[in-house]
Amino acid sequence: MLPMNHPDNLNEIRTIIAYHKRWDLLALTAGVTALMIAILTFIALFGSMVIDGMPRLTWEFFTSFPSRKPEAAGILSAWVGTTLIMLVTAAAAVPLGVAAGVYLEEYAPKNLITEIIEINVTNLAGVPSIIYGLLAVGLFVYQLGLGQSTLSAGLTLALLILPIVIVATREAIRSIPVSIREGAYALGATKWQTVADHVLPYSAAGILTGVIIGLARAIGETAPIITIGALTFIAFLPSSPIQDQFPFVSFQWLMEPFTVMPIQMFNWISRPQEAFQHNAAAAGLVLVVMTLLMNGLAIYLRYRLRKNIKW
Amino acid sequence: MPIPNNNDPSPGSLRRSYKRYLKERIIELLLFLAAFLSVFITFAIIYLLISESLVFFEHVSVWEFLTDTQWTPLFDDAHYGILPLVSGTAISSLVALVIALPFGTIIAIYLSEFAPFTVREIAKPFLELLGGIPTVVYGYFALLFVTPLLQTILPDLPGFSLLSAGLVMGIMIIPYVSSMTEDAMRSVPMHLREGSYAIGATRFQTAIKVVMPASLSGIAAAYILGISRAVGETMVVAIAAGMQPNLVWNPMEPAATITTYIVQVSLGDLPHGSVGYQTIFAAGLTLLLLTLVFNILGHLLRKRYREVY
Repeated sequence: MLPMNHPDNLNEIRTIIAYHKRWDLLALTAGVTALMIAILTFIALFGSMVIDGMPRLTWEFFTSFPSRKPEAAGILSAWVGTTLIMLVTAAAAVPLGVAAGVYLEEYAPKNLITEIIEINVTNLAGVPSIIYGLLAVGLFVYQLGLGQSTLSAGLTLALLILPIVIVATREAIRSIPVSIREGAYALGATKWQTVADHVLPYSAAGILTGVIIGLARAIGETAPIITIGALTFIAFLPSSPIQDQFPFVSFQWLMEPFTVMPIQMFNWISRPQEAFQHNAAAAGLVLVVMTLLMNGLAIYLRYRLRKNIKW
Repeated sequence: MPIPNNNDPSPGSLRRSYKRYLKERIIELLLFLAAFLSVFITFAIIYLLISESLVFFEHVSVWEFLTDTQWTPLFDDAHYGILPLVSGTAISSLVALVIALPFGTIIAIYLSEFAPFTVREIAKPFLELLGGIPTVVYGYFALLFVTPLLQTILPDLPGFSLLSAGLVMGIMIIPYVSSMTEDAMRSVPMHLREGSYAIGATRFQTAIKVVMPASLSGIAAAYILGISRAVGETMVVAIAAGMQPNLVWNPMEPAATITTYIVQVSLGDLPHGSVGYQTIFAAGLTLLLLTLVFNILGHLLRKRYREVY
């Protein structure tokens, strides 16, 4: 065998090193290019909607009902419907999801039932959203007789985002050191007192992050709501939750028909006239800005959390 | 647990600790019920899809459902073969995965092994934002931006096609695949990389030969998640691929998928209980079984290739 510093051997080593460095550079270029393509796609998506939809984004667009005339149509009933449904979704998903997360992290014994629950939560996160729509049709709309109402839609979306809230709660709780709990126990606090007074308040920001991400997902969900059979042409508002007569609050709106932003957008996309597609672009722009803001807020919260908390 | 209080043996304090014990148990039970709800949801989904499909299978044999090559439940000459819908689902998913898996992996390798800290800190949240954009918006993008763009290259492309739906679906799935793959790769301990660098490997060699094999189970899970996303995706295909159930293997044609068929029927006005309406539950059951197969596969892969450090 030739010695290491023999010219032939050295040249061979140089070639090998150069070869692998080339591949390294190639991989780097491929990575940057792929990332650039992702960014460019986003710019194209956002840009095409801005070009088509921006002229339609006037004050009237937010305060008008959908209409047969594209230039008079707006998203009033859609954004009101979305807001009301998000209220129902949050009211159902947050308590249930947080309770489930607390149980799995703080209470659950290591046994078969716990394992089944954990596998189930993971699996539910992978179930296509339209399946939740079918569940909602069978369970909420027909068996429970809730009909094609705001309540049905809100509960459906709540089931859909439940796994997100559970996972976020568990992660937030897990990051709290055991010493905090031991401190509470040492003072004679019960398990629930420890959870309610220490674990939950300290993990609130983390849970909030998960809830926001979940709601941002729910806002854009279209398929399960179509499956419920939501009407797409709603030119009236649901009855107001606040009344001027006793008892001042009304839950009538829960049982009324509704439309939401993504359904309105889908409805406009499927029309052949170009003017309606400009409306769709404008509605899409509102929708994207809404989800971007919510997700951005969640990311910012998480960033702050990671930076500030040092136990 | 009730702890007897030795300093104060009065019955009142005992009763109070009993009350406290009871309250604790009630709260625990409530929390358990909330957690058990997930199991209940799963069973509700399975029970509902099966029981509603049974109504359908009373009219149509399972054999016909699986082998007939036409799906025309809404016509007078009704055929109930799921194959056209499955082919549409398979083709659009394949197109999506051809985009999402390579791009997602390359981006993950770059972010995990190559990118400087600041680039990663900016790119990760950006990709997350991309993943949060509603699917109906991606549908709009596919129909009104990507299809016309593709038509300038492929003049034969119809206005609705599996190709443009699949492409956009692929772009949509990239963030999921890349962020999960990247997480898996980041969780490989640093000393494995350092060992590789120490014997003179480049970053690319380290990524391919050390980091990826070590995180194979996580990467497999990311891929499986990508596949089941593609199979279950609804709105992009419903908007951009048309809704005619054709038994096609050519992505340049319009077709329906399992999910878009469900959308189509839901948009119509068939009464609940009619055979036409019950078809969506049979289609839904097929979809659930498909995604279940992928989920189980992912679970097995994770177990098989799990590396413990």
